Amino acid sequence: MLRKINLSSISLSMDVAAVISAVIASLFTHSAAFAGTLNGAGSTFAEPAYSLWISDFQKKEKDARLNYQGVGSGAGMKQLLEGTVDFAGTDDPMKDADAAKAKAGVLHIPVAMGAVVVTYNLAVEKPLKLSGAVLAKIFNGSIKKWNDAEIAKLNPGVNLPDKGIAVATRSDGSGTTAVFTEYLAKVSPEWVGKNGKTVNWFPASLGAKGNAGVTGLVKGNPGTIGYVELIYALENKLPMAQIANKKGEYVEASAASVALAAHGIEKEASAKQFKVSITDSAEKGAYPISAFTWLLVFDKMPKEKGDALVKFAKYILSDDAQKSIAKINFAAVPKGIRADALKALGKVQLD
Amino acid sequence: LTVAAKVLGHILLGSAGQSEVRKSDFAFVLFLRLLAVLVILVFCSIVFYLFKNALPILSRDGWHFLTESSWNPNEDQFGALAFIYGTLVTSLVALVFAVPVALGSAIFLTEIAPSSLSRPVGFLIEMLAAIPSVVYGLWGIFVLAPFVRDYVQPFLQKYFGFLPFFEGTPFGISIFTAGLILAVMILPTITAVCREVFLAIPNTLREGVLAMGATRWETIRLAVLETGFVGILSAVVLGLGRAMGETMAVTMLIGNRPVISSSLFSPGATMASVIANEYPEASSQLHLASLTGIGLALFIVSLGVNGLARLIIAFSKRRMS
Repeated sequence: MLRKINLSSISLSMDVAAVISAVIASLFTHSAAFAGTLNGAGSTFAEPAYSLWISDFQKKEKDARLNYQGVGSGAGMKQLLEGTVDFAGTDDPMKDADAAKAKAGVLHIPVAMGAVVVTYNLAVEKPLKLSGAVLAKIFNGSIKKWNDAEIAKLNPGVNLPDKGIAVATRSDGSGTTAVFTEYLAKVSPEWVGKNGKTVNWFPASLGAKGNAGVTGLVKGNPGTIGYVELIYALENKLPMAQIANKKGEYVEASAASVALAAHGIEKEASAKQFKVSITDSAEKGAYPISAFTWLLVFDKMPKEKGDALVKFAKYILSDDAQKSIAKINFAAVPKGIRADALKALGKVQLD
Repeated sequence: LTVAAKVLGHILLGSAGQSEVRKSDFAFVLFLRLLAVLVILVFCSIVFYLFKNALPILSRDGWHFLTESSWNPNEDQFGALAFIYGTLVTSLVALVFAVPVALGSAIFLTEIAPSSLSRPVGFLIEMLAAIPSVVYGLWGIFVLAPFVRDYVQPFLQKYFGFLPFFEGTPFGISIFTAGLILAVMILPTITAVCREVFLAIPNTLREGVLAMGATRWETIRLAVLETGFVGILSAVVLGLGRAMGETMAVTMLIGNRPVISSSLFSPGATMASVIANEYPEASSQLHLASLTGIGLALFIVSLGVNGLARLIIAFSKRRMS
């Protein structure tokens, strides 16, 4: 006789494991909420900055207890609206439709700046030069070869190979994709309306999860081009293309060139409640694919929590805090915009 | 509510009170039944949750949700067909590669290898099942994908390039590579179950076939493979189930594009991989509902494939007896 093979017993034990882990998870989330800490969640891009600010702030204010989880901008905003966290970090401003559903107004406080860089795997002697229009064509699949006349025109004297371009993008929904495609939509009419956190890329392109996934694809396959977030590219010493800005200069991404992108926009920023795009900046020397990352808080909060949170937000906007993030390659928010943001924070109602 | 309580009471107690003499036995039976009901409740709650949360997209698109292939969250187009296709094709590729190898190694372990060899080798194969899938994914990215790109895909294109399955530029990252990694992952499952099946076949059967003058190959075919056919099918179904639900390693190797291409070298996406990719940052309520709907579809497809396999098993059992 055959020994009986029991298929159902295997699926049974898996179900039980799922229940147990769910119960354990719920225990932990509750205990955190009762401890009187301020909880934040959101942007993974801004997570290193928040970690640094929180540890410095807690050294200054002994009673303060804060916690930030990098779960992704979208998830952070969702948790803020559901009331499971007290503040959120996001690289993509909240949609008006979502903000309308909130129990109070949602303040966008610009806390730092970042950028998206274009990285590639190509044996060339000097950094590749690319313009917005050419980038838009590479990333929608209409420029297919590295020695295409349009790329060659931007890179005189560079020996471009007769090799197909493989395009690597993010497969997970991401603020990095949102910033990059928002820039493409600004410089190329073909991209208008197709930008966002999840994009319908052309079929022959490849998608991978996270900055690390895209980098893996680019590093592993000669002839591949992809986009990653600036700090990740600097830490991993990836080759970065110089991108033509509005003034026609080819600019390499750095904390300094990113900071320039937010110059001279104080008026526009405060008129739009800081939800302002700084891609394709007209400033001299500015890197064109730059963006703010925002701290989101409600404009009406219970007294105790609100006090602590406003204090933390004010600390983030201080010169000290803005200077401290330079060592992890974040660009500081210009002083004028910070002054306006402080004013907006002063209007938060506490009851 | 009283009806529900009665039904629950009946499920929990049933005839337990009558047949059990001791109180401790009664309590034990009650406890076991309670656990069994808990599992059923979890199952029902999963189905209910998936259905309830997928309702917005199901009521908007109906069946078109499953038959449309365009997936574009920015324009609120949600069609799951490309993901269903990806799941089925990667699982099929996995089975094509894994089943012969698994069968071969199971036969070797039980029929040919001396026990001093079969024990450690069998243990190693079972250890393969314990490796986390993200580790398989990493190995896939660093070892398997470059190997496939540099050797396997050019070879297939050179000799079988006229077939539509092997068109396009080889990147290493493709439906084909994802299927290969799945094959490696389901190999230990199928091998281990087959080995158990073959070990359970009584030796008298082999001896009988041998006594009839059969060669070694004929003995294996008649006494082992044909007798164990139902068990082999069960093993394949178990492997298929794992292949269809596998997420992490596939996401790392498939290229994540919702396209239906005849070529196995094209990037693709599976139901599990799109949920893993897009759920954390889903941009709208409808997007979330669609991802949950894909979860429901995965559930139904797995159930369907398993049901079909069970039918085949039941049918062949009857034919054999």
